[in-house]
Amino acid sequence: MSDGATVSTGTTVSMGTTVSTRLRVDGEPVELSVDARVTLLDALRDLLGVTGPKKGCDHGQCGACTVRVEGRTALSCLTLLAAAEGADVETVHALAADPRGARLREAFVAHDAFQCGFCTPGQLMSAFAALDRPDLEDPAAIREFMSGNLCRCGAYPNIVAAIRQARGGHGA
Amino acid sequence: MREFAFARAATVDDAVAAPDGAMFLAGGTTLVDLMKLGVLRPRVVMDINALPLREITLDEAGLTVGAGARMSDLATHPDAVRAFPLVVQALLAGASQQIRNMASIGGNLMQRTRCGYYRDPGSACNRRDPGGGCAALDGANRTHAVLGTSPSCVATHPGDLAVALTALDATVRIAGRGGERDLPLAAFYRVPGGTPHIENALGPGELITAVHVPFADGHSAYVKVRDRASYEFALASAAVLLRVREGVIAAARVAVGGVATVPWRLPAVEAALTGLPATPGGFDGAAARAAEGARALAHNGYKIPLLRNTVLRAVEEALAR
Repeated sequence: MSDGATVSTGTTVSMGTTVSTRLRVDGEPVELSVDARVTLLDALRDLLGVTGPKKGCDHGQCGACTVRVEGRTALSCLTLLAAAEGADVETVHALAADPRGARLREAFVAHDAFQCGFCTPGQLMSAFAALDRPDLEDPAAIREFMSGNLCRCGAYPNIVAAIRQARGGHGA
Repeated sequence: MREFAFARAATVDDAVAAPDGAMFLAGGTTLVDLMKLGVLRPRVVMDINALPLREITLDEAGLTVGAGARMSDLATHPDAVRAFPLVVQALLAGASQQIRNMASIGGNLMQRTRCGYYRDPGSACNRRDPGGGCAALDGANRTHAVLGTSPSCVATHPGDLAVALTALDATVRIAGRGGERDLPLAAFYRVPGGTPHIENALGPGELITAVHVPFADGHSAYVKVRDRASYEFALASAAVLLRVREGVIAAARVAVGGVATVPWRLPAVEAALTGLPATPGGFDGAAARAAEGARALAHNGYKIPLLRNTVLRAVEEALAR
């Protein structure tokens, strides 16, 4: 933890307006010392050039910024970088190296599961999490699972079809 | 976002020693959102994610959930799924899968109202700015509360989990500078009265460290009515737990959300349900008591019949399980 403008707290905890954070991004170790207000999303896009995660609403309502933190989907716009200390962060870029991620991408293409594509990196991250869930056989359950990812082009039926295909032969 | 100092607490003692006015950060799904909007402006943000508060344990008394456990941790925990279906159902009715992965149980109980005037620092709001007035009283109040309101505030408590936990007589464990205390969730939340900015019983530095849910067997259901089928806050919700003996409702617990300023228990409905035959139909009279004392604003009068019907549906769904 760096000092920045330090605040006297009466505790042994150090605090500052500038914070040093170490994490892994798509497998690469990263250390950043920046203003505590910087979100994980802004750090990824503006400081690290990892532009797969998109800034849609910036308030956790659209899902365009979805990444995986410690293997679980999370919204990078509502995550302070400083709170991701020690975390393993994976973005849509990591999916390319995963055979199931590649199959999911092919299914999105085959089903025309996007139009403008802005929401697609977030859709893919949530869809990837849907692949190995035994409780998502039913299209209604997939829609419920995907409800945190908005698509203003309205590709929802195609997204559900792509997920069903990638899960194993349905909806092809 | 206003500048703040950031600190990482390693122990509960570290956390509760934070300077007054510090805010605790777990999942951040409420706090970061409201800091971006300028609604919350802490000088110090204390990260509590490293605290050992994520355990979920079952014993003869019930379920104890560390306040740092995530919504999805609890919703998928085998003991919760088996013994506390009402809790799991309420959890899965809330937020999105991403947010359920992030949001802590303690933070979920601390989430703020979705009142659009509270969330807009340009609007009058007694909850955000004591004495500032309330733009919702004569404004767009379709989603606002009909129970527990005051001339100062009509904002709805947005929780689902808190409604189920209220029905289940859960308690929260609170750590402070003087030690720990346990408080029934029913005594944790404060109706707005003339001080809507005081939302709960937490004092300076105090932190929720765990939630305890006592065992309660019976038929349960959580019914949530909302503008869209998923990822939306309740217009009305009901958590019902019914114990049936020899074909008769022997005990009933009913709490509602989306309609009140705090999670709202309905003892009159519970009393009216007790003793009724546990067969479909015949619950209209008991459910009608749900709206006793309700007061509508210009645009939320529909919530009064909606509340009755939501309770009725939850009773029928519970008995069908």
